[in-house]
This record gives sequence, C-alpha cells and structure tokens, in this order.
Amino acid sequence: MADPATNSSIQVSRVVADASEVSRALTRMAHELLEANHGATNLILLGIPTRGVPLARRLAAAIEDIEGHPVRVGELDITMYRDDLRANPTRNPARTAIPGSIDDAIVVLVDDVLYSGRTIGAAFDALRDLGRPKAVRLAVLVDRGHRELPISADTVGRTIQAAADERVSVLLSELDDSDAITITRSERP
Amino acid sequence: MRHLLSCRDLDLATAVAILDLAEEMQQVQSRPVKKLPALRGRTIVNIFFEDSTRTRTSFEIAGKWLSADTINVSAKGSSVSKGESLRDTMLTLDAMGVDAFVIRHASSGAAAQVASWVKAQVVNAGDGQHEHPTQALLDAYTMRQHYARHDLGGFEGKRVAIVGDVLHSRVARSNVILQQTLGSEVVLVAPPTLMPTGADTWGCEVTQDFDEVLNSCDIVMMLRVQRERMAGGFFPTEREYTEAYGLTPERLAAMKSGAAICHPGPMNRGVEISSAAADAANSLVLEQVAAGVAIRMSVLYHLLGSDEGAMH
Repeated sequence: MADPATNSSIQVSRVVADASEVSRALTRMAHELLEANHGATNLILLGIPTRGVPLARRLAAAIEDIEGHPVRVGELDITMYRDDLRANPTRNPARTAIPGSIDDAIVVLVDDVLYSGRTIGAAFDALRDLGRPKAVRLAVLVDRGHRELPISADTVGRTIQAAADERVSVLLSELDDSDAITITRSERP
Repeated sequence: MRHLLSCRDLDLATAVAILDLAEEMQQVQSRPVKKLPALRGRTIVNIFFEDSTRTRTSFEIAGKWLSADTINVSAKGSSVSKGESLRDTMLTLDAMGVDAFVIRHASSGAAAQVASWVKAQVVNAGDGQHEHPTQALLDAYTMRQHYARHDLGGFEGKRVAIVGDVLHSRVARSNVILQQTLGSEVVLVAPPTLMPTGADTWGCEVTQDFDEVLNSCDIVMMLRVQRERMAGGFFPTEREYTEAYGLTPERLAAMKSGAAICHPGPMNRGVEISSAAADAANSLVLEQVAAGVAIRMSVLYHLLGSDEGAMH
C-alpha cells in the first residue's frame, strides 16, 4: 500500500542513536533486568514481532554473558489480540514460540518502540491465554511517549520526545542494513 | 477475500498465507487455552444440507477456537423439510445478522448461488460434484509438511496423482486447481466411465493406466469409491475396480521412494485402498484429519479477521 504522504511531501530522517549506542543501551538494560529481578533463573524473555524478537535474543545473549548461563527466550505474536484487528486489512500473524511454561515465571516482554501502549495491552491478553506468570515486566529500546493506556516500561534504552507526526524507527542488523534509531518526519517540498 | 467458493478464489500468495497461518493455528491446539480472540463477536452458521461429521465438526471447532459464535443448522428437521426453498432459508438466516455461512449442499454451484443472495460471507464446504476448497487446502497443508519433513522442497515440480472417481469428486476438482496454483503437476487417473468429459482441458495429464504413472508421482491421492455409484454401472465389479485402480500392497511397493499417500476419507478399505497402504508409514491420512481444524481456522481468519471482506 502506498503511503499517501510520499506523493506530496519528502521524508526527512535523522539518526538519534547509532550502532554502538544501541549496543550500550542493550547492555545496560540487561543489567537492569538482572538487578531488578535478582538474577536470570526465573526469567523468560518474549520478543514481540517484528523487531522485538531480535531484541529479545540480543538481551538474552547479553544476560548470558553477564550471568554465565542461558536465559529462556521466545516470541509472542499479538496480532489476533489487537483492538484494531477488524479495522485493518487481513494480516497473517507472526510466529508465537514460548520456551516452556510461563506459569510462575517472570516474563519480560521486549519490544522496539513503546508508543500508545496498545500493543503491550494486547500482549497482556495473549499472556493470559498462555498461563499465569509470577510477574510481567516490559523492556523497550525506545520510549517515545504519547501513551493511550496506563502502561510504563521497567527498563528503557532511550527516551525520545517525538511529535505525533514523526515516526520513530528502530533498525536492527538482523532485519535492516545496520543498527540505529531514527526519527523520520514528512516535510512539504 | 469476501467468499471462499472455489480454489480459483485463491491466488498463490493467499493460498500460501493460509497454509502458513494454519501452521501457527496447529500450535494453538497444544496450549492450555485453545482460544484466540480474533473473531470475537462474529456469528458463523454452519448449514449442512448433506451429512458430514468431520467437515462440520472441524468448522465448528475452528470457529469456536477463534472465539466466534458458531451455530449448526442441519437440513433435517429444519424448515427445509417443510418445503421452504434454499433461497428463503438462507435469506431468513441472513436477516438474523449472520456474518458468515459455511455451507454444504448436494447441488453444484449452491454456495455461489447463496453468495449472490446473502449479505454474509460464504465458505463452500462442498457443493455437489463441484468443489470443496478447504479439503484441497488441508491436503496441500499435509503434503507441504510431508515435503518439509523429508527435505523434498516445495510444491514446484511435484507430481500429484489423483486416482479414482474423478467424475463425481469435488475433492478432485478443488485439488487440481489448488495444486496447479501452487506449482505442482497433476495426473488424473480414472477409468473412462469415471473421467469427466473435458478433463483434458484442465491442464493436467489424463490417463487410464495407473501402473504407468505410479512410480513417477510424489503424491498418490486416492478418491473414495462412492458405493452408491455402483448402481450407475460405472464399473463392472468392486473387485475389477480394485484390480485396476486400487492402491494394493503391490502398488504400494511400486511407489516412488519418498512418495506419500493421501485419502480425503472416509476410506473403503479393500476397495480403493488396501489396509497395507492406508496404514503405511508414508500414509498421510490421519495427518489430513488432524490438519482440518487448523486449516479452517486459517480460512475463517482470512475471511472474517478484517472488515474488508464484509459488505457495508
């Protein structure tokens, strides 16, 4: 589908964090998660597709580096739980892969950008169908504000003040050319 | 997608998307809560004018696991038996605010006819000798899993034999279309009396000689011999049919290595398929049944998941 904005305006992007800053942010987030949850033994990291999945894997690798043993990591698709499912064209859900039972575990939801909070709200509903975790935490690489639900992250890589008409994107080398956080805005020519 | 009436409604991308989603849906069946909220608030009426256990039940479960309200209407004991026309029956139900009909009917073209009358979306669950698209989808799904398990690649270039009563088989028609969309080659094998006229224009190979093509096919799909057809004189005796077109233990042994057996069920053991073949390690029959719910969840989601398929 063509973005109507592209016809009448040009897209201006700026990089607000480069690969090394993304890497440092993830390392700090790994430490924060370990400190707040007293180690990694009971943790399950669940990435929310698309970019939450590689982020969860990177956080898990960082935690393993620190702790010396692996942490459980999986992916949680929330497409069918979205409150705007009907309003959008049919979209095939991505994979959901849960590493064992989430009952009594501390589940850390991992996503790239926290914005309205509706994705995370849907993720709570999805988790409820999978079991009863001891606690649910939220790790996001970017918090850009403008929440529409009472949700806040437990660990944040970078807080960005972006206007509602700007788009905040996380680029990850697993899916994109390189690692970066960018802000894109449409400007009239 | 508004309706699923024929496998012609499925382009390659949509067919693959339905198969992909079915894989996810099959995983849901191993969860503690086997339910997704995607179709909450939707009402699906399964209306079956022909007997069916597996198709109707799997559509009902599929709808329920997607949180839709599913209602079964069987023609027996309904107003149909009081003489109401199909059109009036469907318009009456449509007026109650149904979102989708899953319909099976003995007349070819019934689903398309109903789709032209009602505001609801329509899924064809078998119309006469015409089509049964969800069966073809679950067959394709099972084949794809078989190919993946044995590292045999995709549908491209595979040879699928469809053997037996092609004339009366909606399963055969839907499979011919879908398998060709997916890139497979289809060979129809039937005695002349059970081969539809014009089958040579369907873009597939047509033969009367099962043994000639047997060892070149990656999938051997056996069609049910409909015993009620015996009276029609389509073949002399069951025994002669089995001789020429049954998947006997000898033919089982002559199959290409890595090839698999499909059958849409219910099977007539000893007629079109021997017990040795039905229970063979390369028989996909039980997997086909197991895939039924997942494929139908995927189809219902693709039709009803978004408002774009509904009429406003």
